[in-house]
Amino acid sequence: MKDLSLHILDIVQNSIRAGAKLIGIEINEHPEDNQLVITITDDGTGMSQEQLKLAIDPFYTSRTTRKVGLGLSLFKQNAEMAGGSFILESEQGRGTKVIATFGLRHLDRPIMGDLVGTLLLLITDAQSESDYVFKHQTQTGTFELDTRQIRQTLENVPINHPEVRSFLKEMIQENLEQIQISE
Amino acid sequence: MNKIKTLADLKKLQSEVQSKIKLREKGDIPESLVQIKVSMATCGIASGAKETMNYFIEELDHQGIDALVTQTGCMGYCYAEPTIELTLPGKEPIVYGFVNKTKALEIIEKHIKLNELVDGIIPVNYSSIDN
Repeated sequence: MKDLSLHILDIVQNSIRAGAKLIGIEINEHPEDNQLVITITDDGTGMSQEQLKLAIDPFYTSRTTRKVGLGLSLFKQNAEMAGGSFILESEQGRGTKVIATFGLRHLDRPIMGDLVGTLLLLITDAQSESDYVFKHQTQTGTFELDTRQIRQTLENVPINHPEVRSFLKEMIQENLEQIQISE
Repeated sequence: MNKIKTLADLKKLQSEVQSKIKLREKGDIPESLVQIKVSMATCGIASGAKETMNYFIEELDHQGIDALVTQTGCMGYCYAEPTIELTLPGKEPIVYGFVNKTKALEIIEKHIKLNELVDGIIPVNYSSIDN
């Protein structure tokens, strides 16, 4: 993966496949501790203890279309290469939590990349039945976005309507600029 | 600096869009639309499926073609990512491999608009003669 936003997009696909209704994406920047923490939580089917142990093995996947499953392994590798850590927690029937910590100023930390595009792609998927709560915290401020609120505001206007899409794009972009997120 | 957009602004947009939306009601029936599924698993994302998907959404909207662009999982063609599955109304789905922006435009111009097949189709598994 070229950047962190692609990792987020990738890990969230796992949650979608686990039938999650609510997916949390949280990014916390702690310049004082030189840390960037990405937390992804879902209320999907979760994993059994055996699956949990195997999940970060690149040669384990629950798919039948191919024999490798690199998403979590690559994320873990990138976190650890950037002086961070990686925690995977899961409980069957409750959901899964992925916490990846990166060295914020570490040379090997991948850039954040196109976070706006990633969020937009996830929240405006017409067939998706998941809602998202996104939170990005920096020293300057916090930006929160809850798709349940957005859906409520939109009433019967679909979230993937082109005008809504470009509105959301600008809204996310402006808010992220406002809190001065790291690259 | 301009004021940052909030949910209150979204509400304004909602009422504007609502009045126009009745014109697009056939959007409720996916079968009547051009459907594109972009394979968006680790393999697809690493190969640039996100750019492909955004390009389809923006270009189809720009050209005024009613289409439903969604994400799907890995179809097992990891060597040929980004892959898409294109279904025209009333037709069988067709899978294209190595769909970058150039290929995407070619697919829109030729396959979607003129119904001509484009290079790069991944053939489906044939069922045997007996079946």
